[in-house]
Amino acid sequence: MTKKTAFSYGINLLAVLVLFFVLLLLNKQGIINKYVLGILTLICINIILAVSLNVTTGCLGQIALGHAGFMSAGAYTAAIFTQAGIIPGVGGYFAGLLLGGLVAAIIGIIIGLPALRLRGDYLAIITLAFGEIIRVVIENMTITGGAQGLKGIKKLSAYDISLFGMNADFTAFAIVFFLMVLSVVLMYTMMVSRHGRAILAIREDDIASEAAGVNNTYYRTLAFTVSAFFAGIAGGMYAHYIGILGAKSFDFNKSIEILITVVLGGLGSFTGSVVSAIALTSLPELLRQFSDYRMLVYSIVLILVMIFKPSGLMGTKEFSLSRIFGGRKKVSSEKGSDTQ
Amino acid sequence: MDALFQFLRQLINGLQSGSIYALVALGYTMVYGIVKLINFAHGDIIMIGAYCTLFFITLFAGAGLPVWLSVIPAMIFCALLGMLCERVAYRPLRHSPRISSLITAIGISLLLQNGAQLIFSPNPQSVPKIFSADALTFGSFSISIGAIITIVVSLAIMAALQAFVKGTRLGKAMRAVSEDDGAAKLVGINVNSTIQLTFAIGSALAAVGSMLYISAYPQVQPTMGSLLGLKAFVAAVLGGIGIIPGAMIGGLIMGIFESLTKAYISSQLSDAVVFGILIIVLLVKPSGILGKNTKEKV
Repeated sequence: MTKKTAFSYGINLLAVLVLFFVLLLLNKQGIINKYVLGILTLICINIILAVSLNVTTGCLGQIALGHAGFMSAGAYTAAIFTQAGIIPGVGGYFAGLLLGGLVAAIIGIIIGLPALRLRGDYLAIITLAFGEIIRVVIENMTITGGAQGLKGIKKLSAYDISLFGMNADFTAFAIVFFLMVLSVVLMYTMMVSRHGRAILAIREDDIASEAAGVNNTYYRTLAFTVSAFFAGIAGGMYAHYIGILGAKSFDFNKSIEILITVVLGGLGSFTGSVVSAIALTSLPELLRQFSDYRMLVYSIVLILVMIFKPSGLMGTKEFSLSRIFGGRKKVSSEKGSDTQ
Repeated sequence: MDALFQFLRQLINGLQSGSIYALVALGYTMVYGIVKLINFAHGDIIMIGAYCTLFFITLFAGAGLPVWLSVIPAMIFCALLGMLCERVAYRPLRHSPRISSLITAIGISLLLQNGAQLIFSPNPQSVPKIFSADALTFGSFSISIGAIITIVVSLAIMAALQAFVKGTRLGKAMRAVSEDDGAAKLVGINVNSTIQLTFAIGSALAAVGSMLYISAYPQVQPTMGSLLGLKAFVAAVLGGIGIIPGAMIGGLIMGIFESLTKAYISSQLSDAVVFGILIIVLLVKPSGILGKNTKEKV
């Protein structure tokens, strides 16, 4: 680890901790109530979803319209696992999340291997079809509660754990928050590693990358699977936040919603996805009194952003704390236009 | 004999809904062929077309005109709407990354859907009968007039459209733009107006599709377009996107499979079967049933 990366890790860790303690302080002061805490939890879940789709759509450059399918696979797996009560307590929650992620990842491999032979729009369509099939299958299975949905999933806050003197609600949020940070860090470090560079090379020019010795099929499937895995984890977290699951809520529109978050943030930009997930989750809550016109405004803003800034809010750039505080120029930045 | 009649009846149901899918799929396929854009707003143009038809039905019924004539103002309105969408939302993005125009199309779709919800309320409205309830009977077997009209009209439109695209100068211009818009511009084709024309025709066909749809399922609501649009789009891909007869074949296959699944397997699984067929076709022949394979150039 060079001095520069150590500095960058340090300052980002510091920023995360500062943010967390500010939230904790606000909670202790009573400014952040249970309702706001719920929105913050949803923001964390949506950040994982957006960042995970960003791996496929932003970094690999393939449009995927079935992300909600992976999310639902993870959500149902985790919920059924914790309901079975094989591992009691909060350990079961973590095991359920992991299992949900793994099931989503396996489905990702099963779908990805054949589907990733297709390119561009065809890949978008086939992922859409798979996503819808996952939904219909869930709706017709008995273990998932069928069309009625799965009820009575124990919420994370109901586990009644309190760490370091935080109340149960805040502890639940803290777990989700740090899991989110961990997920984003894992995906980011993967993308700046050798494997990530291979994935970016495929996005820029898949024929050239193949010629340069990159195993295209392997790395395409890897990106897709990682994406599915974290979507599954986010699904599991969602199940244990909301407490009730219905297959209808994981339809095509949910996939579109995640895709919009990623594109608005800027394809390939992790910080862009994070910012956009925060904005798109909190704005509807802030604009609740205009709820009739909310979607109308949302669609118009979406069209305007795409017309005036087609590459999204952040483009492919990253917001970097170490660049601001380090004062040193970044040597290389991931540039390049999207070829899609 | 009863089982045979039952099967035939399902087949005709499938052909009827398949023809509607095909008409809508034509719009998707033409737009995709020319600007390589999955026009997600097309499904919502159908919804607008249905509301428009409903509005003119009450107007025409009052004036004593045949109600099916209401499709003509609906076609004009939808054509204008399609051209407007193209001008405002898609033209500025023609040379941006594909995903940006895809998101814009989704934006237009959300705009139309939510606008309709504000204007017409989210509740479904029922539609008066468009075609007479009579049926042609052959012995103990009968076919409704609506089904026959739907199938015949869509076949005729498909044939006319194919003749237009293959035979006329405008059609030739459309094919030229879809092949290479830069080269088309060089030989003097007005690319912008050709693309506008494509959107206008596609949207007008959507209006016809919406009239046939509400004659079979007499209800309009702001979200009616999304699933219909999605299925029609699947039909377009199934037949080979960008190819006019492909849209027809794709639509009919979808309609028949859907109605047979609903009748003999399970009505809940019909969507899964339809998407399953799409996956199999895409994996075996990615360019669709009638699609040509394009070679990848290095």
